[in-house]
Amino acid sequence: MPPESEKQGTEAPIPTGTGALDAGLGIESDGARVVEAEAGDGRQAGGPWRIAGRRLRRNKVALFSLAIFFLIVICCLLAPVWANHVADTGPNTTHTLEKLHVNGEVREVVEPSGKAIGPQWFEAGGKFFLGADGHLGRDEMVRLLYGGRSSLFIGIVAALITTLLAVTLGLLSGYYGGLTDTFISRIMDVIWSFPVVLLGIALGIALAVGGLKLGPIHLKSSSLWIPTLIIGVVYTPYMARPLRGEILALREKEFIEAAVAQGASDRRIMFIELLPNLLSTIIVFFTLNIANNMLLEATLSYLGAGVQPPSSSWGTMISEGFDALYSQPILTIIPGTAILLTVLSVNVFGDGLRDALDPKSKVRFEARAGTAAEMDNPV
Amino acid sequence: MLRFAVRRLLGAIAVLFAISVLVFLIFNVVPATNPAARIAGKNATPQLIKNVEKEWGFDKSLPEQYWTQMKLIFTGKATSYSLAHINIDKRILEGIPQTASLCIGAAIIWLAFGIFFGYISAIRAGGFIDRFVTVIALIGISMPVFWLASIFLYYLTYKIELFPASGYEPLSNPVEWAKHLILPWVCLAVLFAGFYSRVLRSSMLDVMNEDYVRTARAKGLSQRRVMLRHVLRNSLIPIVTLFGLDFGVLIGGGAIVTESLFQIEGVGYFVAEALNQQDFPSIMAVTIFGAFFIVLFNTIVDIAYAYLDPRIRLGTSAA
Repeated sequence: MPPESEKQGTEAPIPTGTGALDAGLGIESDGARVVEAEAGDGRQAGGPWRIAGRRLRRNKVALFSLAIFFLIVICCLLAPVWANHVADTGPNTTHTLEKLHVNGEVREVVEPSGKAIGPQWFEAGGKFFLGADGHLGRDEMVRLLYGGRSSLFIGIVAALITTLLAVTLGLLSGYYGGLTDTFISRIMDVIWSFPVVLLGIALGIALAVGGLKLGPIHLKSSSLWIPTLIIGVVYTPYMARPLRGEILALREKEFIEAAVAQGASDRRIMFIELLPNLLSTIIVFFTLNIANNMLLEATLSYLGAGVQPPSSSWGTMISEGFDALYSQPILTIIPGTAILLTVLSVNVFGDGLRDALDPKSKVRFEARAGTAAEMDNPV
Repeated sequence: MLRFAVRRLLGAIAVLFAISVLVFLIFNVVPATNPAARIAGKNATPQLIKNVEKEWGFDKSLPEQYWTQMKLIFTGKATSYSLAHINIDKRILEGIPQTASLCIGAAIIWLAFGIFFGYISAIRAGGFIDRFVTVIALIGISMPVFWLASIFLYYLTYKIELFPASGYEPLSNPVEWAKHLILPWVCLAVLFAGFYSRVLRSSMLDVMNEDYVRTARAKGLSQRRVMLRHVLRNSLIPIVTLFGLDFGVLIGGGAIVTESLFQIEGVGYFVAEALNQQDFPSIMAVTIFGAFFIVLFNTIVDIAYAYLDPRIRLGTSAA
């Protein structure tokens, strides 16, 4: 998770402890099954998805977070518009010796001492909205927007990669069992045994040196795909393991037995019978995975094993800004706050999503009502 | 029991072997440049590069290379050429007191806060306190370490000089030791505290539905006693598991960012230093040792659990 999101798990003895992700996000392995049960007569009751949707709509905080997240995404997507029409500069354009006209005053973008101009807001017509970034005098706002594109790209695409890998591996090992399961589980065990950050660093630095050459795939060392792939792979076991556990439980259910008895093919059972039952878990994992990915990206980039120059991301911006922490703390705090806001919005939304998709929360509420009643009537 | 322990240990050895092979491949096959020149560092003479090539076995076949390199790392003979010719294993050993001081202090903080917040939000589930704690916990989980660290460093060590900015004081001077470590402890603990409170909350809510909790209530125990003695104690199991793992990761060099931000020259700081110089042997050694540490820790935790709870060893041997 998390920043230093080093999370590990083991062949844990307790179901809730099968992995940090699983336990922490409190994904109940039988949640999906209860959804299934509701789905039996779901047509009349509005269906499990409709129920979840209703529950989610009632959670204003989660919806607000989703709105914030989309707002951030849209702002970052509009980076070129801001760069070309407001700031008139690119993310890597330097303005070291330039002067800026602010309200009739002339200011230097970078003072001879090396101190860059602070936030100008709209005083210079949107130029240097958040100031310039140290002695190179690049427009911080433009860099923030472009950096956000990289960070969001890595967060979302890596989550897609993790989901794709984890679902495939989870289905294969959970459904087939036997040798396939042993083989896949052992590989997962090995990846799982590394501290996430260290494995990310090892892969990141190895690939940053000469890029990736794998058959027809040819990636330059500055390609955003390298950190994306690394983060996608590193988090796979954290999702594949809980999914496999859920599939093992689902396999024993009557509806799978019925499908087998009807002569359904393996593929049909996996994709038509099993997958829909895993969907709520997958959606929640995917959402929270985006948050983790963005934090890991920032950590790797900060350490120089993530996004490589000339590309930049919020992580590399922090890394550059930190050198001038005491003269210009804003250069560290701005990208840091951007990460915090984005990750927080994803986490809050994911939390609400889990509550909505997890029918057990209803059971819990009743349990609490029970305790409350007891407390009201002292024995 | 013995059979379980032996099987678990054999499994761990297999994983350890796989880890070392994987790390070897990452550093020797993946990079598309001459590894010897890279290890020798910048401005290396051709003679030095030749020596490195021989020392690390790059003139031999891959399996021999693997064997040579592992021998170097595990017998403590590996030297980092980019980092002033220091001995890598010695540097890691020297870093352990710093890293341990950081991790143990942070662990105490995060356990205390995590359990406290998890407990109060579980007994008030759905209420105002619960929602408030949830928001705080989520902020903690979402907080990048550098963000908190830079705020601390700028405002608490520079603007008001409340704490020393960085560095590490040995434990022989406990007051200075703690003063230097308080900020890094908090930075490192925030994430885990938020996370553990979430885990404990959901685990307690599960346990509250158990029959033995109803029994405890039925026999007339006070609410407080039921919560502390029956619910909390049983809900701590996932916390103990998680704690073992997280702590293992941090000791194994996981607190890289915190250590480098606060200039605590532990194992994580060494990794950051090596990364700056792109010094492969050092990163390779720390990665291998870190992963080994985690595997050993997990194995010990598993065996301890099996010893404590017969259901686990029976379950595993049946599977």
